[in-house]
Amino acid sequence: MALYSEKVMDHFMHPRNVGVIENADGVGEVGNAKCGDIMKIYLKIENDIIVDVKFETFGCGSAIASSSMATEMIMGKSIHEAMALTNKAVAEALDGLPAHKLHCSVLAEEAIKNALKDYFDRNNIPYDEKQFPDCAHCAHCE
Amino acid sequence: MQVYADNAATTRMSAAAIGAMMPCFEEFYGNPSSLHSIGQQAKEVLEDARSRMAALLGCEPREIYFTSGGSEADNQAIISAARLGARKGKKHIISTAFEHHAVLHTLNRLEKEGFEITLLDVKEGHNITAAQVKDAIREDTCLVTTMYANNEIGSILPIPEIGAICKEAGVPFHTDAVQAVGHIAINVKEQNIDMLSLSAHKFHGPKGVGALYCRRGLMLTNLIDGGAQERGKRAGTENLPGICGMVAALEEAVAHLEENAAKVTAMRDRLITGLSQIPHCALNGDAVNRLPGNVSFCFEGIEGESLLLLLDMYGISASSGSACTSGDLDPSHVLLAIGRVHDVAHGSLRLSLSHYNTDAEIDHILASVPAVVEQLRGMSPVWRDLQIGKRTYIL
Repeated sequence: MALYSEKVMDHFMHPRNVGVIENADGVGEVGNAKCGDIMKIYLKIENDIIVDVKFETFGCGSAIASSSMATEMIMGKSIHEAMALTNKAVAEALDGLPAHKLHCSVLAEEAIKNALKDYFDRNNIPYDEKQFPDCAHCAHCE
Repeated sequence: MQVYADNAATTRMSAAAIGAMMPCFEEFYGNPSSLHSIGQQAKEVLEDARSRMAALLGCEPREIYFTSGGSEADNQAIISAARLGARKGKKHIISTAFEHHAVLHTLNRLEKEGFEITLLDVKEGHNITAAQVKDAIREDTCLVTTMYANNEIGSILPIPEIGAICKEAGVPFHTDAVQAVGHIAINVKEQNIDMLSLSAHKFHGPKGVGALYCRRGLMLTNLIDGGAQERGKRAGTENLPGICGMVAALEEAVAHLEENAAKVTAMRDRLITGLSQIPHCALNGDAVNRLPGNVSFCFEGIEGESLLLLLDMYGISASSGSACTSGDLDPSHVLLAIGRVHDVAHGSLRLSLSHYNTDAEIDHILASVPAVVEQLRGMSPVWRDLQIGKRTYIL
């Protein structure tokens, strides 16, 4: 049996939406190099719709695949729909991740939320802090 | 093109090894402990293998104990020396920070039992010196255990010199020679080695079999109790096919040692020279005293597991000390021990060669690795930050 599903390998080998958006409306970065994964998400938002999204990831195959899948899942969606994206949905869309790689999908969810938070902050849009769990709640790096 | 470059993990079996095993399944299937002719025939085959193994290592047949592999031999050697030491009130053991886990975890266990463990620092030159061992030996030292050569970064330790120091101090010396046997010339008596662990599948023999050489006069403690096999020190019916395969593989490896080492070293050096051209990388391990087949690099700005997955797509089987390749959260203790910080230790690549590799395969690796590193750096936020000066290069 292969380590990863075909979906994971497809998104890893042919990642969607890799890159940077200059003058993005929201940028989110989670993880750290010490831990071995960093994800950065760039959002372009017009009328509450995510019209473009790009990512950069330093990390393992499942981290790259999770970021790629997550960007595909929020592209063209409203910011409210993007806020509702869960790590579980990302992992399921990839036909599952090995148990010790599930944190990669958590990172993808957090990176997107982080980018949205940045957008809200920049535009003085009020939000509930509790919607944005910080990196520390994940025990991965401990 | 398929390129197997993970020979430090395991090797493909040689035809000689397979050939030596087959009669043990079909003809010499008896139990060497049985009284009847079929059993006694198997016993003869076993003792012949022991004599040949002893000749290859430069010891006596009675000093060879067949085991299930390198880990078991390491465990038994260390536990035995610790038990002997404890009887004399000596509970200090010297080892190195970059040992295999079969050694480190055994030492951890002894530490919990009250032994004091000194792990020699390996930052300087990615190796240790015999002088470090000499300085660490105390009145209550009951064992020095250092690997012969490191499995991840290829450094070859100054074993004959360490052996001489231990002999002079009267301290038993064990070496985990799993990566060295069959690749480097070894003679336990000439090199003052009291105990040595080896594993067959690292030199084109079968898996699940190894040996412990233990000098006469050093008493072994059983890890497995039961029958009187292996002079009563290792119970269980002998793995005769494995033992015969191992000895045949080692005879072949030793007979061609210089020729294979020359060929593999030349391929290794081509890889090291070629891969060193990649910007912001560093060679891990001793550049001079180095296993013929070991190439180990850290590449800044990328992570090792994704590197391995992409190389696999190019047909290249390699290995990494990245956390993500283990399931552990920390990168390899070996890379951390030589002073690589987490950020770059995650981006490590080990290519380990054998004489089965070809120049065409080396060309393929030299073409693939830079492309893969560039591809991953192209999507790495760390690499971008390094390039725009938001982060400072470590390598």
